[in-house]
Amino acid sequence: MKVKVISRSTDEFTRERSQDLQRVFRNFDPNLRSQEKAVEYVRALNAAKLDKIFARPFIGAMDGHIDAVSCMAKNPSHLKGIFSGSMDGDIRLWDLASRRTVCQFPGHQGAVRGLTVSTDGRVLVSCGTDSTVRLWNVPVSSIMESDDSSNNSAKPLAVYVWKNAFWAVDHQWDGDLFATAGAQVDIWDHNRSQPVNSFEWGKDTAISVRFNPGEPNILATSASDRSITIFDLRLASPARKIIMRTKTNSIAWNPMEPMNFTAANEDCNCYSYDSRKLDEARCVHKDHVSAVMDIDYSPTGREFVTGSYDRTVRIFQYNGGHSREVYHTKRMQRVFCVKFSCDASYVISGSDDTNLRLWKAKASEQLGVLLPRERKKHEYLEAVKNRYKHLPEVKRIVRHRHLPRAIYKAASLRRIMSEAERKKEERRRAHSAPGSIPKEALRKRRIIEEVE
Amino acid sequence: MGKKIANDIEIKPVPAIEKGISEEEDMNVMKYLRGEAANLEVLQDKKLKGQLALREDLYGKSAKAAAKAEKWLMPSEGGYLEAEGIERTWNIKQETIAREVDLLGSRNQYDIILPDLGPYTLDFTPSGRYMTVAGRKGHMAIVDMKNMNLIKEFQVRETVRDVVFLHNEMFFAAAQKKYTYIYDRNGTELHCLKEHGAALKLQFLNKHFLLASINKFGQLHYQDVTTGEMVGNFRTGLGRSNVLQVNPFNSVVAVGHSGGTISMWKPTSSAPLVKMLCHHGPVTALAFHSNGHLMATAGMDRKIKLWDLRKFEVLQTLPGHTKTMNFSQKGLLATATGSFVQILRDFSGSQNYSRYMSHSIAKGYQIQKLAFRPYEDVLGIGHSMGWSSILVPGSGEPNFDSWVANPFETSKQRKEREVHSLLDKLPPETIMLNPTKIGSVKPTIKKEKPAKQEIEAELEGAVEAAKKGSFKKKTKGRSKPSKVAKKKKEAVYKAKKPFLEQEAKGEGLSKKKRKNIEEENQLPRSLQRFARKRQAN
Repeated sequence: MKVKVISRSTDEFTRERSQDLQRVFRNFDPNLRSQEKAVEYVRALNAAKLDKIFARPFIGAMDGHIDAVSCMAKNPSHLKGIFSGSMDGDIRLWDLASRRTVCQFPGHQGAVRGLTVSTDGRVLVSCGTDSTVRLWNVPVSSIMESDDSSNNSAKPLAVYVWKNAFWAVDHQWDGDLFATAGAQVDIWDHNRSQPVNSFEWGKDTAISVRFNPGEPNILATSASDRSITIFDLRLASPARKIIMRTKTNSIAWNPMEPMNFTAANEDCNCYSYDSRKLDEARCVHKDHVSAVMDIDYSPTGREFVTGSYDRTVRIFQYNGGHSREVYHTKRMQRVFCVKFSCDASYVISGSDDTNLRLWKAKASEQLGVLLPRERKKHEYLEAVKNRYKHLPEVKRIVRHRHLPRAIYKAASLRRIMSEAERKKEERRRAHSAPGSIPKEALRKRRIIEEVE
Repeated sequence: MGKKIANDIEIKPVPAIEKGISEEEDMNVMKYLRGEAANLEVLQDKKLKGQLALREDLYGKSAKAAAKAEKWLMPSEGGYLEAEGIERTWNIKQETIAREVDLLGSRNQYDIILPDLGPYTLDFTPSGRYMTVAGRKGHMAIVDMKNMNLIKEFQVRETVRDVVFLHNEMFFAAAQKKYTYIYDRNGTELHCLKEHGAALKLQFLNKHFLLASINKFGQLHYQDVTTGEMVGNFRTGLGRSNVLQVNPFNSVVAVGHSGGTISMWKPTSSAPLVKMLCHHGPVTALAFHSNGHLMATAGMDRKIKLWDLRKFEVLQTLPGHTKTMNFSQKGLLATATGSFVQILRDFSGSQNYSRYMSHSIAKGYQIQKLAFRPYEDVLGIGHSMGWSSILVPGSGEPNFDSWVANPFETSKQRKEREVHSLLDKLPPETIMLNPTKIGSVKPTIKKEKPAKQEIEAELEGAVEAAKKGSFKKKTKGRSKPSKVAKKKKEAVYKAKKPFLEQEAKGEGLSKKKRKNIEEENQLPRSLQRFARKRQAN
C-alpha cells in the first residue's frame, strides 16, 4: 500500500520573522474561482462608478490678464512654461506648476493675435493687429524658478513693422523660419526685417497657419474665404487648396502621423484630413454646439483638444466621431485658445474671461507618483472596464456627462435639426427618379471644391 | 485559440519521449483557456477581427503561463492511496493509513464523543481552517482546525437544526427551534432572523452574501447579510423539505422534495429555474461537484444518481441509501448510511464513479452530516455521538491560492479580504444557470423553414382530418347525401387553402409579374404603390 496525504507544516507556509513579507501562494485553477465573469462585471461597474466619483479635471485658473486671452504657445524646451497673449496686447509667461506669471512682456499696441516659440525655445515670436512682428528673448530657466520675478519685463529683441495686421504666426518645427498669416502668408527669417517670401492665393485674409511637424517646409493655412491651403516653401506657388462651406478657424497637424491634420470649423465640427487626399475628410468630429475656435493635438497623436465658442473644451480621439470628454465651468466664457501640455497629461484653455485654465487630460487620473501596486490596480480596472464597456449599465455610467443647460438644449436642438434634414433628404429622394439625388457622406458634403 | 496551439504543436518536431509531456501540458492549457475561442473567420469587420485576434492571442499566452506555473511552481502534491497486490483500497482501514502517514496527517484522525447532545452537524470555512459544529440539543462550538483549538463553546438550550459559517469565521448562522440566529465567534447573539421562521436547513452564498434557508412550510428565504434586506421569499409549493444545497458553480440553490423532485432557485424569480423528477420517493440528499456540471442525488428509492447538469441527464445510477452526501474539491463523493461511510471516486475521468474507500464508525452511531475539509485530505463526520474525522487521501486540493482562500490567514489579511469581498459583492441578478453568459451576446433565433416533405405530410393530415369530419344531422333535406358530399368537398378545400397559398407565395413568380416588379423598381419609391394599383385595375 502506498499512501500520502496533504500535510502542511506551518513553518513552510508562513513567514519566519515578523519583518518578512507574508508568503503568497498562487493556484490559477478556474475551479477555485467560480462566477469569474460576474465578479469581473461587478468590478468593471465599480471602476466606472469610481471614475465618475474621482472625475475632478479642473486644477486651477490662472488670472492676470486684463482682457480676453487670444493666443497661447507652448515652449518645446520647457515643460511647465506656457506663453499667453491677450487682446490688450499683453504677453505673459506662466509657470504651470505654481500657476503664476513668471515673466511679463510689454507686448503690442493692439491685440496679440499669434504667439510661437522657436525650435530651441530661446526666442518667442509674437504678432498682432498693430502690424508688427516682435521677437522676444525667453528668460532662461533659472529666472523661471526664482519667485520674485513676476514683474520681470524684457525688451523685444527685434520689432518688424509690416503693411498689414497679422492673424496668426507659427514657427517651423525644425529650422529658422516662421510664417505669419494676414492679408497674405509671409515667411520670415529671425534676422531679417522683411519677409523672405510671401504667398497669396485669392484676395482673402489668412487667419491661421501651422507648419507640418514632419516636413519642415510644408505649412497649412486657413483663410476667411473658407479655404484650407497647403503651401510648400520649396515651390513658388501654393500646392493645394480646398474650399469648404464654412470657415476654418484653426488647424492642427497630427504630430505622430504628420500627413494628417484636423481643421476646427465654424460649423461646430472638426474635420480630419489626409493632406495627400483632400477630396474627402477622414473623419468628422461632432459634438460642439457652436463654432470651434482652436484645436491642438496631444504629443501622442491619439487625441486632440478643442475649444469652442459654446464655452466648453472637448477632448476627441483622433479617429473618434464624438468627444471623449467635455470640460466646462460656470465662470469660463468663450474659449479662444487651447493647448495640450507637452507631456500629454494636461490641457490649458484660454478664454474670454481673461483667465487661463488648467485641466487634467484624463479627468479621473490620480496625480503624483504612483506605487507599483497602485499602478497595477489602475491598469487592471482599466482593462476590466474596457472588457465590459458594452454592457448597458457600464456604458451608461461611462458615457454620462453633465452639461450646462444651454449646451444640453442646443445639442438636442441640433440633433432634431439634423434628423429633420435627413428625413427631408430621404423624402426628396423618394419622390425623385432613382439615382437622381445621390447620397453623399458628411465627410464629402461639406467640401465645395478642391483646387490644385 | 485552442486550434492555434494545436497547430503549433503539430508543426514543431517533437521527439517521441517528450510527446507525452507536451500532451499533458497541452491538456493543462486547455483547462486554463476556459472554453473555446470565438470563430473569427465569419467576421466582416477587419479592425474588430484584428483586435479580437490579438486578445485571443493574449488569452492563449496567459493560459500557457498558468499551465507552466502549475507545472513548476506548485509547492505541494496531492495525496493518493494505492493498493498493491491483492489488497483493495476500500479494504484499507483508517488505522493502517494513520500508521503510514506523517504525524501532521495522523493528527487529523480522531473521534470526539459527546453522547448527550444529540446528532451533530458541522460546517467548514472555505479555507478549511475553522469548523463549526452544532448538536441537535443546543451545543455549538467553533474549532480552529490548525492547532485543534476550541475557540468557543456554548449551549443555547434549544433545538439547533443546522449551522453555517457566513463569509468568514467571525460569524455563523444557526437554525434553531423557532428562529434563525447569527452569532459571532465569541458566541454573542448578533441577530435574530425572525422572518426565516423555523428553518430546517441553511446555506450561505459566499459571493453574494446571501443566507438561504428553507423552513418547515417549504418556504425558501434569501436574506442579504450585509444590509439585512430580504431579497427573496418564495413558497416552493412542494411541501416540507430539509434538503438544501447551493451549487458552487453558479450559486443556484437546489431543494430536494418529498415527491422526488428537485427544484433549483434563484433569488430574482418566484418560479423555479428547473424542476426535475429525480427519484420515486423522497429525496434524501443532494450534492454538487465544484465544476458545476455534476450533481449527485439520493432518494428513499435506494438509488444514488449522478446527473449531468448541462443536459439534465442521468450519467450513472448506483444502488444505496444515503442520508447525506458531499463532493470533495477533487471530485470524490462521500455517502453515508447509518454508521457506514463510503467514498466513491471517478478513476477514469469519464464520470464513472466506483468504490474508493469505506469506513465504519462505531456501531449504532447515526451519521448526520458529511463534509470534506477544503484543502485537506480529511472528511468530517457529524453523528449522533459527536463528531469524527477520517483521512481520505486525494480528496483535497493540495495547492491553495492566498487570494482565494488562505488556511494560514492572519487577522490583518482576513480584514483586508473582508473589505475586498464586500467590494466585489455580486448583485443577486448575477445568479443564473449558466454564469458564463454574462457579457455575451444573445444569439438571434433563426426561424427554421419546414422541409417540403413535412409540408406535404401536414397537408395530407389536414385533408384526412377534413374528410373524416362528421356533420350534424339536419332536417329539411339539408343532410341529403349530395349536400353532405358538397359540404365535405368544401371542408377539404378549406383545409387545403392555406397550404396552397403558402406554396403560391413561395414559388417563383410568373414572367409577367416579374416584369411588373422590375418596372416598379424603375420608379421612385413614393410612386411605386401607384404602379401596383394600376396593375390591379
